[in-house]
Amino acid sequence: MHIDEIQNGIVLDHITAGKAMEIYHFLELDGRDCPVAILQNVGSRKMGRKDIIKIDAPIDTDLNVLAVLCPGITVNVIRDGVRVEKKALTLPPEVKDVIKCKNPRCITTTEQELPHIFRLTGAKTPVYRCIYCETKA
Amino acid sequence: MRNLIDILDLDVREIDALIKRANDIIERPDAYREICRYKKLATLFFEPSTRTRLSFEAAMLELGGQVLGFSEAASYSSAKGESVSDTVRVVSCYADVIAMRHPKEGAPLVASMAASVPIINAGDGGHNHPTQTLTDLLTISREKGRLDHLTVGLCGDLKFGRTVHSLISALSRYEGVRFVLISPEELRLPDYIKQDILEEKGLKYLETESLEQVMPELDILYMTRVQRERFFNEEDYLRLRDSYILTPDKLTTAKSDLSVMHPLPRVNEISTAVDADPRACYFRQALNGKYIRMALILALLGL
Ligand SMILES: [Zn+2]
Repeated sequence: MHIDEIQNGIVLDHITAGKAMEIYHFLELDGRDCPVAILQNVGSRKMGRKDIIKIDAPIDTDLNVLAVLCPGITVNVIRDGVRVEKKALTLPPEVKDVIKCKNPRCITTTEQELPHIFRLTGAKTPVYRCIYCETKA
Repeated sequence: MRNLIDILDLDVREIDALIKRANDIIERPDAYREICRYKKLATLFFEPSTRTRLSFEAAMLELGGQVLGFSEAASYSSAKGESVSDTVRVVSCYADVIAMRHPKEGAPLVASMAASVPIINAGDGGHNHPTQTLTDLLTISREKGRLDHLTVGLCGDLKFGRTVHSLISALSRYEGVRFVLISPEELRLPDYIKQDILEEKGLKYLETESLEQVMPELDILYMTRVQRERFFNEEDYLRLRDSYILTPDKLTTAKSDLSVMHPLPRVNEISTAVDADPRACYFRQALNGKYIRMALILALLGL
């Protein structure tokens, strides 16, 4: 399989296999008219299988939330066909409507239009917890 | 203090102030009889809990205030699908403070974001029940004269028992508290509580299956219910249940100033024969629940 390398944009690499479409929709790439390549189940020495997304346009969304959606993801910034930066992602202290609470007893399951908000907790290992029921993400 | 949603919303100084106020109410009840005149407490109980609701209502009435509310969701519009936020926005127009119990975890936090009056969490599913923890702290403080340097035995269902979890997090802030965790293998304290609270703060604790073995060390024995539905089979339940029933016999090796506590209702985990023992303080604990709620209502109303 051969896909043209992108000129100006970003490459999202080391996406957990199967998660590419989730990230595609989260970044609302379906609403943009730039070229996007989605590679699924690519062989990876480190991960076995991984997904990759290449976007041939600059993205101004806060990409830090990608680290929440998909731990281990890497972001490469491409300019004039060359990788100029490997972006380090930092976990945001709070995320709104990025992840959903999975606790069936949580108020988010019944309250109308309540945003799903998670806050980063844990001193040694960072964990996101639902602000309502404190369930782990 | 604006609301009480989680016991950890209160720092140690605020808890001390509430305990001090509750003690003052106990000593000088006359001084408080009219203090909440013309103030109203709404008790919004989306799931029934008669004991907790009566405790809140008695607290407000003893302060000279009035109470209104409902005690099951079916009688209110949430049965028709009204949101918690809308409900408390409306009730904020009628009451000065709201005590709310709800089967969904986090409902009181949502309420506190929408209401224009203070919200007290009176229990949200299996999540938080901070006024129970305040009750426990007032009881320990009154029985023992302190909240630090105590060996606290917690017995029964330590896995699902939310009262136990919040009591541990509340007591972990005082110096020299040592926990003895007494439960069957199946109902041990969850690892995340051990890691996030006990180990994180470097607190000493001991896990055991035998109540008899540790009885002589304890200053406090906090009993909880071992519920049938927590077990896969009846045999395990029956076998374990009996080893966690407190009887006068088991108390023979205990300290003379042990305090036996229980959040109530009791089913059979404490023999009624223990009730007459001066070390049994669970009925005093229930009474303390009213006094600490009085102190809390005053604090939230700024009185
Ligand atoms: Zn939740």
